[in-house]
Amino acid sequence: MKKVFGRPKSMKANIFHYCAGCGHSIAHRLIAEVIDELDIRGITIGVPPAGCAVLAYNYFDVDMIEAQHGRGPAMATGIKRVLPDRIVFSYQGDGDLAAIGIAESFHAANRGENITVIFINNAVYGMTGGQMAPTSILGQKTTTSPTGRQSVLEGHPIRVSEIFSLLPGTTYIERCTVNSPASILRTKKAIRKAFQCQIDGLGFSLIEILSPCPTNWKMTPVDSCRWIDEAMSKEFPLGILKDVPAEQKKGERRHAG
Amino acid sequence: MSGHIIIDRELCKECHLCIQACKKGLIIPSHEYNSRGYRPVCFKKEGKECTGCALCAITCPDIAIEVYRE
Repeated sequence: MKKVFGRPKSMKANIFHYCAGCGHSIAHRLIAEVIDELDIRGITIGVPPAGCAVLAYNYFDVDMIEAQHGRGPAMATGIKRVLPDRIVFSYQGDGDLAAIGIAESFHAANRGENITVIFINNAVYGMTGGQMAPTSILGQKTTTSPTGRQSVLEGHPIRVSEIFSLLPGTTYIERCTVNSPASILRTKKAIRKAFQCQIDGLGFSLIEILSPCPTNWKMTPVDSCRWIDEAMSKEFPLGILKDVPAEQKKGERRHAG
Repeated sequence: MSGHIIIDRELCKECHLCIQACKKGLIIPSHEYNSRGYRPVCFKKEGKECTGCALCAITCPDIAIEVYRE
């Protein structure tokens, strides 16, 4: 019998520290598979965040450098400018990208830095115990919003992908999720496209992944996958928000026609 | 097409997402603990219905499942 699925080469044999049913480890695997498929393992540099994925360097078998909390895109900018032939990706959670690091991420996107950002949106602060994040949806119960998030008190959830897609510097932005086999395969395709954008030198790409956090949502892994479909993807609609290469191709075809 | 999966008992964290993913119901919960205190799932081999579609492995957050296909 032929082996058709196993651990990607860019992934070390360590056991993940993530909780059961966590979306982080799925996202890790998809990135590693894409790195294998594009054969860029030797030239890839990853920037893990502060948050649950702070130990991502224990799992990826590529060069990794830890950034200060929220400063992933700033550090990735520096690496990419010094070593433009490397493939640089920043891996960030919602507390890291949408809260403390929103300025760095926003300005890196606005400058159109040729980097890839993987943004894990699980609607809570996972590592610190499930506090409300900027991306918590209205009515969501967290440890700091025990009666549910209210817009008058805590404001509305931030739709990072929509905001970034308005910036002229960004190239490819897609929101996907990892709650079913089909959506996982779609997410892998999106990550591959984002890395390809960077290889082609097109500019800033961001993949937002709606990721289950069963521990802090206080649900079973199966229920939390369902909650993404029922509640979270209503607030954060899935799909491609910006695809400059495809638009350009369409424009060329129109010219030719 | 026939397939086969191998579940790494030490990696499984009993999230049971693979049970949902398997359309043939070939993965079942178990009562035995592993060294880390989880009860890893089992693969029912008897029926030999596994097609090696790899949906279970794609869903598995802990890369605990290897898939083989003929």
